[in-house]
Amino acid sequence: MSEPTQGKQPVITPVRVVIALCLFAPFVAMLWVSSYAKVDPAFAGVPFFYWYQMLWVVISTALTMLAYQLWKRDQRARKGGDAR
Amino acid sequence: MKDGVNGVALGVFVFFFLAVTVMGFLAARWRKAENEHSLDEWGLGGRSFGTWVTWFLLGGDLYTAYTFVAVPAAIYAAGAAGFFAVPYTILVYPLIFTFLPRLWSVSHKHGYVTTSDFVRGRFGSKGLSLAVAVTGILATMPYIALQLVGIQAVLDVMGVGGGETTHWFVKDLPLLIAFGVLAAYTYSSGLRAPALIAFVKDTLIYIVIAVAIIYIPIKLGGFDEIFAKAGEAFAQTNPATGKPRGALAPGEAGQWTYATLALGSALALFMYPHSITATLSSRSRNVIRRNTTILPLYSLMLGLLALLGFMAIAAGIKVKNGQLAIPQLFETMFPDWFAGVAFAAIGIGALVPAAIMSIAAANLFTRNIYKDFIKKDATPAQETKVSKLVSLLVKVGALVFVLTMDKTVAINFQLLGGIWILQTFPALVGGLFTRWFHRWALLAGWAVGMVYGTAAAYGVASPTQKHFGGSAAEIPGIGEIGYIGLTAFVLNVLVTVVLTFVLKAVKAPEGIDETSPEDYTADAGDPGVKDLPPVGAEAH
Repeated sequence: MSEPTQGKQPVITPVRVVIALCLFAPFVAMLWVSSYAKVDPAFAGVPFFYWYQMLWVVISTALTMLAYQLWKRDQRARKGGDAR
Repeated sequence: MKDGVNGVALGVFVFFFLAVTVMGFLAARWRKAENEHSLDEWGLGGRSFGTWVTWFLLGGDLYTAYTFVAVPAAIYAAGAAGFFAVPYTILVYPLIFTFLPRLWSVSHKHGYVTTSDFVRGRFGSKGLSLAVAVTGILATMPYIALQLVGIQAVLDVMGVGGGETTHWFVKDLPLLIAFGVLAAYTYSSGLRAPALIAFVKDTLIYIVIAVAIIYIPIKLGGFDEIFAKAGEAFAQTNPATGKPRGALAPGEAGQWTYATLALGSALALFMYPHSITATLSSRSRNVIRRNTTILPLYSLMLGLLALLGFMAIAAGIKVKNGQLAIPQLFETMFPDWFAGVAFAAIGIGALVPAAIMSIAAANLFTRNIYKDFIKKDATPAQETKVSKLVSLLVKVGALVFVLTMDKTVAINFQLLGGIWILQTFPALVGGLFTRWFHRWALLAGWAVGMVYGTAAAYGVASPTQKHFGGSAAEIPGIGEIGYIGLTAFVLNVLVTVVLTFVLKAVKAPEGIDETSPEDYTADAGDPGVKDLPPVGAEAH
């Protein structure tokens, strides 16, 4: 799956912006520590600080999967648009 | 701690240990190639691993015995601050999604085995390549030593390894045996051995975590009770510092440290030679991207594991050496036979990364020191021979390190290793995306980062240590406490950028770039991508 040489197709497309956002979101969420540095509300006895970050493991996984699927589609579309 | 040897636990432990030993030796026959005397075969498993093998291999590689012992130990000691490992592993995957496929492609196209191979090819600079190789080896050695510390912790709690009074040889004999066996099968089977054993290791780990996270809270009266008790314990004043021992959520002052540690560690993780070795052994570009979507399973496990630190507090585990907190918790809580399973999980969890790390360090030495500087016309068979021998030497070195020096030395070096390895980021990841940086500027930036990081870490005092007391210090100009590695990294990038402008202005020679833009996106099956089977059904 090689990225074709950027001939007529633009480098930045809406799909690629979405991919970039999917990959960037976890950085904003995790590095903004003051947004989650608290104990309440607890979930099943586990303080917010811990379950929130564990929840982000799941969220970031979903985002990466989405990025992967979009990327595959993007590449397929570009290959189709090429000589083949 | 129970007196004497815990026979049942030891029996179970030995059983699993023997099982993986047999697997380790048999691994040489697994997917055997025609030409086994090449570094691609011994050191990268023939570059043939698919999604699942790569997943197990990377998991076995990154989540080491030391992680299993150290992360909950950090929580046990200080609470919230130790949980940074979770955001750290969350941030790793979007990062590698972006840059690792490019490294995979260019490495396949040009037959690169190590990151230094790539740096040399990209920048035409043996000096820069040597800097990256030496940093990699230096950072990996203490990491291997810490795997041994992990095994020692388990052996101690089981009652073998003896007390302080035992003769040193008797005390260290189990560790010596474990290591001898590890060295032998790594020598004969190469990367295939840890890849196969990683299956056992991860299965055991997942079982133990699943049981621990359900069984222990039931015995301790639920998570409410566990966190209430932990909160009480953290609120008590530590006589050494005069401050509370820790907190359930980081305070205002600790947040910069938390965020910079998470980010810095995430940037550093895939600079380690062993993570690159596991990546390059995969069969296609897509295997890597697909892996970034399933590897977070390990992050979830790590988060649960970290919570064991709180359980150790709630269960009233009192240990002088925090590293023993979790093994001790297992022994107290679990029936003997299951404690044996848990100890086997940790023990085998040490063997897999130790094997991969020693292979990675050996590859670096062979490719970027031996072949570049000592014997330029080495044949693939000679390279493999040297690599095998060096992998032995590296392990013996780590063993001597652990047996002769204080454990804190290994831990200090590992802390330094993290700071150091991060300084290779601009050359490697920068090089994957642009050729703009000048090779000499990169070398200068690396040197500044190394010196600053080492000096700053040396200056950190803790209640128990005068130097290397931690990995966080004041960030110059900002005034907050942050991860030294990240500060050094920023300095490194600044120096690199400024010097690149200067060197370009004076037209310093740029070196020859042997790669071309399309090399970075080539996939298995493309023309010029060598030594690969045709793309199978699995690749799409």
